[in-house]
Amino acid sequence: MSNLQVDENGRLRHFLSIEGLNRQILTDILDTAESFSGITDQHIKKVPLLRGRIIVNLFFESSTRTRTTFELAAKRLSADVLNININASATTKGETLLDTLRNLEAMHCDMFIVRHAESGSAHFIAQHAQPHIRVINAGDGRHSHPTQAMLDMLTIRRHKKDFSKLKVAIVGDILHSRVARSQIQALSILGTSEIRVVAPRTLLPAKVQSLGVHAYTDLKEGIRDADVIIMLRLQQERMQGALLPSSHEYFQLYGLTEEKLSCANKDVIIMHPGPINRGIEMDSQVADGPRSVVLQQVSNGIDVRMAVMSMAMGSINTAETTDPNAPNASKETR
Amino acid sequence: MRIVIRNGHVIDPANNTSEIRDIYITKGHIVSTGNAPDGFKANREIDATGKTVCPGLIDLCARFREPGLEHKATIVSESAAAASAGITTVVCPPDTDPIIDTPAVAKLIQERAGQAGQTRILPLGALTRNLEGEQLSEMAALRDAGCIGMGNIHAIKDTKIMRHAMEYASSHGLTVFIRPMDYWLYDNGCVHEGTVSTRLGLPGIPEAAETTAVARDLALVEQIGVRIHFSQLSSARAVQMIARAKHDGLPVSADVSAHQLFLTEMDLLDFDPVHHVQPPLRNQSDRDGLRKGVAKGTIRAICSDHQPHEPDAKLAPFCATEPGISALETLLPLTLRLVEEKVFTLSEAIACLTIEPARILGVDSGTLSPGATADVCILDSEKIWQLQKHNMLSRGTNTPFNHWEFKGKVTHTLLAGRVVFELEP
Repeated sequence: MSNLQVDENGRLRHFLSIEGLNRQILTDILDTAESFSGITDQHIKKVPLLRGRIIVNLFFESSTRTRTTFELAAKRLSADVLNININASATTKGETLLDTLRNLEAMHCDMFIVRHAESGSAHFIAQHAQPHIRVINAGDGRHSHPTQAMLDMLTIRRHKKDFSKLKVAIVGDILHSRVARSQIQALSILGTSEIRVVAPRTLLPAKVQSLGVHAYTDLKEGIRDADVIIMLRLQQERMQGALLPSSHEYFQLYGLTEEKLSCANKDVIIMHPGPINRGIEMDSQVADGPRSVVLQQVSNGIDVRMAVMSMAMGSINTAETTDPNAPNASKETR
Repeated sequence: MRIVIRNGHVIDPANNTSEIRDIYITKGHIVSTGNAPDGFKANREIDATGKTVCPGLIDLCARFREPGLEHKATIVSESAAAASAGITTVVCPPDTDPIIDTPAVAKLIQERAGQAGQTRILPLGALTRNLEGEQLSEMAALRDAGCIGMGNIHAIKDTKIMRHAMEYASSHGLTVFIRPMDYWLYDNGCVHEGTVSTRLGLPGIPEAAETTAVARDLALVEQIGVRIHFSQLSSARAVQMIARAKHDGLPVSADVSAHQLFLTEMDLLDFDPVHHVQPPLRNQSDRDGLRKGVAKGTIRAICSDHQPHEPDAKLAPFCATEPGISALETLLPLTLRLVEEKVFTLSEAIACLTIEPARILGVDSGTLSPGATADVCILDSEKIWQLQKHNMLSRGTNTPFNHWEFKGKVTHTLLAGRVVFELEP
């Protein structure tokens, strides 16, 4: 897998999963994202790094946030963006996916941003795409959502600086979550001291400890002394497969409230990949409270996606981030 | 046609034979092993000096894709592949299109196999109509049309229907072939539920999907007394349950597909759909448990579970691909490798591919006894070779064993006294 993502010089080629990348590349992504954050504050929010490039948002699953921030990121890099939304049910056959790919290749596209319901689909597309094409995974099944994980890492780093002293708790539907998998991998590569997952056993994957996490079924125990709490979105359909009795009981046991938060570290930050189900994953007081960094996550998403796109296109190599002419490389938290 | 196979190392586990002998064949039958019958004059002499001679192999599960799925393979193409691999009899599971739930389909398959003339096909009838698990098939008629037993491939959800199917099959002296899987626990899973499914986010199939089904069906057998055969086990725990049932005297047997004795979930890590199989590749201790089951005789037969595919069937993200391996041509090589790896002796290995499956099916082949049908496999057991996809005879080249090195290659295959395969020197 790692061979597919990284070229012979160790530089990012595709961004498919966190797994297989080393700490240096993850740190480069974060540093590059920091260097772009200045652009947002400029009057003209554009750099010409990807001018003349065609980037395709190829979404086989619906998405608002991810697709929009990818689009914004591409536009800030001056690329031309094509949004293609394909109803997944129309393309359950593999040939169709490959045919779609071939057709887009014929339109001389340079990069695919792919979201698809099948785990491994981004790898599949990267394996079969022509060599000049770059693929960025915007979420594949339950497998991976690496740009989401990196924007979360950027958010954590801006608030907490050093991963090696952190206790991070991820709460909710770990089983079905590509976000959780990517976060766990990124946190562990970046040297986080303790990673916990909190959920009833019906929402924990088999042998979850093999991911290098501690598993808790009790929320208060799971978030005790935590520095970062990441709440995951709960899909309503989980009630149907007898994974949970009701959203009411879920909120009683796993919903984040000010009262339960008192177990956590007093500097704790609360994160959520969105969209939030208020009153299910957390109550509004927490979501809109001072510890919530949910909206910062969204803005950080643009910087991280700009970083990943420009690095994968080879428009930025990591040496440039220390170049004095490069965009502001050492900008700290905003 | 009279043939003599001279000077080969004859391994015939049914007779505990393992020595240099000549084999004499007349009119499709073995007439003598050892001394020439009076007045025997061979039309053809095969020199097997330095080679191993064993009964033709019997594969308990191979799909030749005909009728209905000829874009994947045909009886002609797969018969040639089987013959080249020393296989003289295959059992064809009922999931053809149309399904083998009428005598006409069963007969058609045997007729086509006869025309192809390189391998015998024994169809397995559908236990329930259209394999839907709702109504019984016409089992007696299917038996009369040549079906060797009844199987259902898909899980039968309703335990009461399974009970009646077993009762009805036993009324007509039929063995029931079961791929143990609990419908509900299988759900939409496509890989073993464990560390790899968790890492890759692929929907998992828990071990309990197999053991729950084995437990249910063993409980039914205990009450009904029907002969059942569990096909293609994948978990160590199921092997233990079957060992206990056999110890208690239940009429139960089991097989495993050769790839399950070599591959594990760890082989999935690069998402290569060539490893997408059903039942799924499980973990190392399951693989070891299956090997132990074979060594101890709990699992009596090794099959190929051959499923040739056209390339497009594997060109999609992992779970969207069709499961299965093109496996005829690796059945014997992998089994011989188990001998190299000291899982069992050569004679035991041959037994798993010949007399044991013959006994499970209740057919009189799988041996070189005088009077038996002359199905024979001759192999150069020292020959080292490498599997190359493009050299495979099967129409499907979906094998995870491409570039594997094997020791032992088939040089001749005889089906009912006719040479149906001969390796070019």
